[in-house]
Amino acid sequence: MLEFLWLIPALPFAGFLVLALTGRRLSRGGIAAVGVGSVGLSCIVAFAVAAGFIGKALPGHFYVQRLWPWLSVGGFNPEISLYLDALSLVMMMVVTFVGFLIHLYSSEFMIEEEGYGRFFAYMNLFVGSMLTLVLADNLLLLYLGWEGVGLCSYLLIGFWYKEPANGLAARKAFVVTRVGDTAMIIGLFLLFTNLGTLQIQEVMRLAAERWAAGSGLAIAAAALLLGGALGKSAQLPLQTWLPDAMAGPSPVSALIHAATMVTAGVYLIARTHVIFSLAPVVQEAVAVIGALTLLLAGFSALTQTDIKRVLAYSTISQIGYMFLALGVGAWSAAIFHFMTHAFFKALLFLGAGIVINALHEEHNMFKMGGLRTQVPVTFWTFLIGASSLSALPFVTAGFYSKDLILFETWASPAGSRWLWAAGLLGAFLTSLYTFRMVFVTFFGDAKMQVSRKPGGIMTAPVVILAVLSVLAGFIELPSTLGDVRIFTNFLGSALPAETVSPGGAGDGMALMIVASAVSLAGIFAAYFLFVGKNRAADLLAGLAPGRMLHRIWFSGWGFDWLYDLLLVRPFVWFARSNKDDFTDLVYLGMIWLTGRFNNLLSLSQKGKVRFYAAGIAFGAVVVVAIAVFL
Amino acid sequence: MILLWLIVIPLAGGAIAWYAGRFRTAWPRWISLIAMLLMSWVSVNIWILHYASLKEMELHGPWIMEMRLSWIPQLGAGFHLGLDGLSLIFVLLTAFLGLAAVASSWTEIRERVGFFYLNLLWILAGIVGVFLAIDLFLFYFFWELMLVPMYFLIALWGHENRRYAAFKFFIFTQAGGLLMLISILGLYFVHGKATGNYSFDYTVLLGTSMSTGTEFWLMLGFFVAFAVKLPVVPLHNWLPDAHTEAPTAGSVVLAGLLLKTGAYGLIRFVVPLFPRASAEFAPAAMILAVVGIIYGAVTAFGQSDLKRLVAYTSVSHMGFVLLGVFVWSEIALQGAVMQIVCHGLATGALFIIVGALQERIHTRDMGRMGGLWEAAPRMAAAALFFALASLGLPGLGNFLGEFLVLLGAYKASVAITVIAAVGIVGATVYSLWIVQRTFHGPNDQKWKIPDFSVREMAIMLAMMLSLIWLGIYPQAVFNTSKQAISNLKMIASPGATAEDMRPPPETEKRLADKSISKTTPSKNLPSPLFAKEGQITSHWQREDRRDFIIAYDLLIKSLGGLR
Repeated sequence: MLEFLWLIPALPFAGFLVLALTGRRLSRGGIAAVGVGSVGLSCIVAFAVAAGFIGKALPGHFYVQRLWPWLSVGGFNPEISLYLDALSLVMMMVVTFVGFLIHLYSSEFMIEEEGYGRFFAYMNLFVGSMLTLVLADNLLLLYLGWEGVGLCSYLLIGFWYKEPANGLAARKAFVVTRVGDTAMIIGLFLLFTNLGTLQIQEVMRLAAERWAAGSGLAIAAAALLLGGALGKSAQLPLQTWLPDAMAGPSPVSALIHAATMVTAGVYLIARTHVIFSLAPVVQEAVAVIGALTLLLAGFSALTQTDIKRVLAYSTISQIGYMFLALGVGAWSAAIFHFMTHAFFKALLFLGAGIVINALHEEHNMFKMGGLRTQVPVTFWTFLIGASSLSALPFVTAGFYSKDLILFETWASPAGSRWLWAAGLLGAFLTSLYTFRMVFVTFFGDAKMQVSRKPGGIMTAPVVILAVLSVLAGFIELPSTLGDVRIFTNFLGSALPAETVSPGGAGDGMALMIVASAVSLAGIFAAYFLFVGKNRAADLLAGLAPGRMLHRIWFSGWGFDWLYDLLLVRPFVWFARSNKDDFTDLVYLGMIWLTGRFNNLLSLSQKGKVRFYAAGIAFGAVVVVAIAVFL
Repeated sequence: MILLWLIVIPLAGGAIAWYAGRFRTAWPRWISLIAMLLMSWVSVNIWILHYASLKEMELHGPWIMEMRLSWIPQLGAGFHLGLDGLSLIFVLLTAFLGLAAVASSWTEIRERVGFFYLNLLWILAGIVGVFLAIDLFLFYFFWELMLVPMYFLIALWGHENRRYAAFKFFIFTQAGGLLMLISILGLYFVHGKATGNYSFDYTVLLGTSMSTGTEFWLMLGFFVAFAVKLPVVPLHNWLPDAHTEAPTAGSVVLAGLLLKTGAYGLIRFVVPLFPRASAEFAPAAMILAVVGIIYGAVTAFGQSDLKRLVAYTSVSHMGFVLLGVFVWSEIALQGAVMQIVCHGLATGALFIIVGALQERIHTRDMGRMGGLWEAAPRMAAAALFFALASLGLPGLGNFLGEFLVLLGAYKASVAITVIAAVGIVGATVYSLWIVQRTFHGPNDQKWKIPDFSVREMAIMLAMMLSLIWLGIYPQAVFNTSKQAISNLKMIASPGATAEDMRPPPETEKRLADKSISKTTPSKNLPSPLFAKEGQITSHWQREDRRDFIIAYDLLIKSLGGLR
């Protein structure tokens, strides 16, 4: 079965081609059949390939499929080839499966849109690019997928292109991530120049061989790759694009800006983990950035009124957890959280999409309310997703993945109490903002009439994701609760195992109790603050420091303001004021001088014979003088 | 002989098209199309026939084909053409873009169609000549040959401010060209004095020994001429005006081909003829390149005229070419070649789109555009595609060009590479801006325009497919230029002699044995543009004479219009 690996990215690409070339001639049914079908088929093939991979005990636990040599110039020979191991397999499965569910959902969600074919074309292109990214055997091909998903993100954020604000959000997303990508591509130059290859496994082998831990090159390489990861995964200081990216349709937010693309940075770091291990400083930075991001984004999520922006900040925050995990060397914990996050965050976005759709495109939660009874299935599934996001103890997948990260942060030799405390505070914030969203949206009085209820095609994916948001946690249980290690054991062939310092191993139970308590405390706090007539939150927000904090948090800590002031405005100002290209002045000056000179000479043309005769005489004297004296 | 055909076909095609133009306005179009198809067919055939030996690097001698006729033996100037893998790529690009240029002006040009195609095809002939000439005297001849019809193309069929633009173009390139002429003569005399062999032949002049100072100044003369064409900031000022004011075909040829003659000149002449001086000069050139990349990108963003914006992107993209050439490693050079080809396609296509847009809405002001996606989705999708190519999206050829140049540059200088890489962000900003201001956003002006026709879509599709092909399966191009690049690198390496570039004796003999017509083509084809009015013989009809009188008159007026 493994030889069909190439079909997995090829099918969505084929779907894209068909839709791009014939999209306007197909009926809506035809478009949906091609768009959803291609990803569905790809998902089926992915399952078959996964079964083949697990069934066959391959030597080295990886499978490489060479498709064709890309180019060969001066010793630079990247190939178009795919690399399947446990890590890329997990990514591939999540991308195809969640991707398929979201495509299915979209086929009903987007049905009234004018650009139905365009939407599915972009979505298919996205899935194909994302699969190229995760399956790439070398960094150049990975970069191709990397830019491809960035492109699709741009196209889909700006899907409703007539609204200039959407275009701005889309461009912002592309440009900000491209800043990170530029760092990454310089990283590729560095790796190739020093190691002579971009083939990922070879790069890691040679790096480990040639570079000492903490050497300058290793640090530079890791830092540059990290730059790419920060942009794509919306981490500090390149996180500003993600909240605005919510301008795109909800399924897009679910697929690209929650489940898959934004976690590409996590994948990149895990994929090149050897380089990060060789650069402990950078790895530490990964953890610190993750911790900071999860806190800052958590606070910001607390103040948003747009339901999708809450989820966007939440995504930034949850990816912060993944970075925290990567930073302390908990590689598979990061990937585990990626997987559970993909399920519950996609679920939440799809749920939010239903809600928004039901209420005439209303995004403001505070104008919603009381939806509990009106869209019950959505409510219950949304509640499950929210619980999972809040890490509701013992029954949700989010609990197990987050608990693993918190435990590792505490117990790993690279971890620290401070990072753990940040993670814990983040967990409190998470359940606080999540249930604020749930309470405000679904409880209280209904303020609007539901206009459109979701049909079966939209409900089914949501229900499946809800089931997964619960069940996916049970494949990895901590030692205190049965000690199931299916997930980490599977990833063990691709990623190094977590190390636990001897002091921390025994703290598992205590840590889990603390984490559970914090999660529950957040939910209760949310209830206290946001439910009822006299909301405590309103009182807090009325106080002067509360108002100020609210303003800072609401604006995402002023990063947009800062970048606008320092980068955007000067750039635009310079470009606009130099519209006429100041270098042209040099040449205009030359023309002017020529003109003056011409005027000067034409003065000599007086038409007076006396003047000319004097000139001739003077000239003759000069010539004679030259002849005599020289 | 085939090489001569490559020049004669457009020359003759242009002449016939002009002659036919007096009967029907449609004929020049078809004749030019046929001429360009013929030229494409010939060049593609050459490629197919010789691809295997190029790939395996088993050519005998440096040239795939060579042709040597005596021309002005008293001066040591010969009609010497040579084609290697590098020039083959440029010739192929010329044929392809020539086709696109002919097809894209199909409906745009309605006045003096015959004369238009005469100029267009003669520019192409001049360009092919530049790519093939390996005698410096001949090279200079072709260099000027492409200049004059281009001047007319802009001045006669251009937009509002065409006269100023045409004149600026002429003065800039002419000034550069004269500096090159001085350098050519300098080299000729230096070599002649040292060896007694006064010759303009490139293969003879290679490896001329001279003092460091002389070498530097001669190199600079060539460099400035090519830098004006490329263009290098701050010698780029003719470009935005010329590109903006030229008719679509003119812009396509300017951006796609004329700029490339500068790049070609740098690769073929500057570094190989003056290796030491070039190496010395390389850091300065690389800094100029980076300045161009950034400055072009920023200035492009500031424009409100869409065509001017696209014109400035060329400044930025050509910076990568300059960088690649002066890094002078195999990776960087191959990258530069790839960048040259892909920039020609992508920017050419963007100019075609802008031209088509202007034909429909009669403005290039981006402030008056917006929301055209709905009205013309095919056009919008094409514009998006080429904007993405121009921002360096992986999977399209432009990315590989820039990537390889930067990869090569990294070894030479990390700082330069980092700054140049920032240019990629700049490219993202202006490329997305193009799409936003024209096709996205609200359709405030309520434009209702016809979408791309089958003809226009065919041009676009051909260019798209080429870029995708170059992006994911480009090895054919690299293989084609591989040997030429390694030859050039060998020549420019210290200790190389001119012998490396000379054909083995048996080739020369074979060439001499061939009884080719001894008359030199350049004598057969005196440029009528230089003809004095008295020479216009009676069988020339009034209309034709009018073309020339207009052109002549224009030249004089422009000269007067300097102030």
